Amino acid sequence: MNSILSIKNLEVGFDTPRGLLQAVRGVDVEVPGASSMGIVGESGSGKTVMCRAAMGLLRGSNVRRSGSVVFDGDEIGSLDSADVRQYFGTGMAMIFQDPMTALNPVRRIGSQLAESLVIRLGMNKKDARARAAELLGLVRIPDPEATLRKFPGQLSGGMRQRVVIATAIACKPKLLFADEPTTALDVTVQAQILELLSDLRRDLDMAMMLVTHDLGVVANHTDYVTVLYAGLVVEQAPTRKLFASMKMPYTEALLKSIPRLDQPSGGRMPMIGGRLPDPTNPEPGCPFAPRCPYVQDRCRKEVPPLTVAPDGHAYRCFYPIGGNA
Amino acid sequence: MKARSTNAIEVLKRLVQLLLVVIGATFLLSLLLRLLPVGLKELYVTGLFEEDRQRQIKELGLDRNAFSYYFHWLWDFVRGDFGRIVLPGGGGESVSSHVGRALPKTLQLVFYTQIFALAVAIPLGIFSAYRAGRRTDRFVSYGLFTAASVPNFVLGLLLALIVGVKLEWLPPLGYVPISESFVDHVRGMVLPVLALGIPLIASYTRLLRTDVIATLREDFVTMAVAKGLSDRRILFTHVLRPSSVTLLTSAALNMGALIGGSLVIERVFSIPGLGTEIGLAIFGRQYFALQAYVALVAIGYVVFNSVIDVLVGFVDPRTRERRSA
Ligand SMILES: Nc1ncnc2c1ncn2[C@@H]1O[C@H](COP(=O)(O)OP(=O)(O)O)[C@@H](O)[C@H]1O
Ligand code: SF4
Ligand SMILES: [Mg+2]
Repeated sequence: MNSILSIKNLEVGFDTPRGLLQAVRGVDVEVPGASSMGIVGESGSGKTVMCRAAMGLLRGSNVRRSGSVVFDGDEIGSLDSADVRQYFGTGMAMIFQDPMTALNPVRRIGSQLAESLVIRLGMNKKDARARAAELLGLVRIPDPEATLRKFPGQLSGGMRQRVVIATAIACKPKLLFADEPTTALDVTVQAQILELLSDLRRDLDMAMMLVTHDLGVVANHTDYVTVLYAGLVVEQAPTRKLFASMKMPYTEALLKSIPRLDQPSGGRMPMIGGRLPDPTNPEPGCPFAPRCPYVQDRCRKEVPPLTVAPDGHAYRCFYPIGGNA
Repeated sequence: MKARSTNAIEVLKRLVQLLLVVIGATFLLSLLLRLLPVGLKELYVTGLFEEDRQRQIKELGLDRNAFSYYFHWLWDFVRGDFGRIVLPGGGGESVSSHVGRALPKTLQLVFYTQIFALAVAIPLGIFSAYRAGRRTDRFVSYGLFTAASVPNFVLGLLLALIVGVKLEWLPPLGYVPISESFVDHVRGMVLPVLALGIPLIASYTRLLRTDVIATLREDFVTMAVAKGLSDRRILFTHVLRPSSVTLLTSAALNMGALIGGSLVIERVFSIPGLGTEIGLAIFGRQYFALQAYVALVAIGYVVFNSVIDVLVGFVDPRTRERRSA
């Protein structure tokens, strides 16, 4: 199948006073056209860095990036910040975790939204404004005309995230990066936003990278899943297959940590015991070994390779759940 | 509707504040005059015939107590009667005619300087923040630091000497009104504006650079990049405004220092402005004239600060929210 995005052996490090921090350690991800790829992992596992590096949004003299990123047939991994921008808006777009900070606080919604249309699509101001109102309607904002005149500070978090989504889809991108789009929102709003994203994706025939730390979200809104741990892909499969036969102990632990609506946990998820390994000097062996209930001696000595089963289900574990396929 | 009435209340509050500040400042000033080591009576009425003496004392209000004196002064002042230059025989020229001649020149000098300093500092601050840590940034910082360490009267003298006397590019001194010759007016103002403005540029650039660097780390800037906008557009339409509150506030606060500086620079370049008048009043012991001048400076300072305050509200709507919250 044709991939809209193909990431190969992506490595991202940051020079820090403590040495090289390896945030992403050789990741492969393929997003088939118009499908939805879920990226799951705990906070700090490298999800944001991977997405931003794939888009070429990581800037700064301390960034070390290598690997190949092919978008819609073009190699963009080696382009500089100015050249990759021709793909933004019309090709790739991004929505952010915190809608409170993703909109410019000093400019009205209308001018921020119409801006892309004028600059990227060459619309005149009047048409752009009319289209901006349509876009706000598309993301189900009740009074588009009034909202265009407002400042971000006058909107609730959910409404702001809708505005961010409207801005991202304004130029009909082929691929949308959604980096934890609901983490900062109220529980009641989260479901609505995810629903909206799925509907838009279908209507606009758009692919999506949906980043989340919640496997429940993955189950309902994605076609494929990549589980990241400590900057490594530890499990990768079509979503149905993953939930039918989970191979990776880490994924299982994640699943157990999904907050249940029927339990009075106050929205706080039960944590997986232990912490992510130190990204500046990773210990030898499987990165999950210190926290894994199935750990054996071999796990502490060698990093398990990514095993790809004949059905395409990939996992990084010597002793997968249910045995090797 | 609601927003408008709260705005009206805001404006009213500010006007009352403004009045209180001006009244407080001028009252203190009139008290200070009474505390001068040389009593005003000895100063202005010694050596006169008894008849003239009584008349002079009455005319100058020296027979009144501090409060009564102040309120008479205030009543005259708001009607535009600033008193007269005191001559031993009584009745010199009116102070208001001195003000009428001198004030416009000082206002021009101060405004040209502010505009020049901002016009240079804004692009310079943005640019050095954009290139933060690189060679151009260090070059700009170093150059400005050096320029700012020269006191402005030294700078003025150097400029007058080199550009005015040695190279003869511009007149080393003198003032030409716009009505007489626009070109000569501008030519005469260049050196004093440079002398006053260069240290300002250094401090404005540093302030703006710091704020721009902070703004560049915000999500909404990454979002603007992800929309496919060019760096130049992002810097000027997304970054400058939310980064300029400190700059504008400091421009307003600098008004005092600028008027003080113009006092010196006017003398260096022989511009017969308010600074020159203040100098003459001090050396000629024209304390009543001095009182009027200083009151005018205080009013100018307060008015300018209020104007900037309102402007800041437009530049960054967040400050308005904060204030009304
Ligand atoms: N600009 C940066 N400089 C240094 N380290 C960074 C930077 N950005 C992210 N990191 C580090 O990279 C790792 C992965 O971060 P991130 O991708 O944000 O995790 P996630 O999005 O999965 O929560 C973390 O250890 C984080 O501290
Ligand atoms: S390799 Fe060993 S430690 Fe790592 S996940 Fe598999 S069983 Fe656990
Ligand atoms: Mg993240």
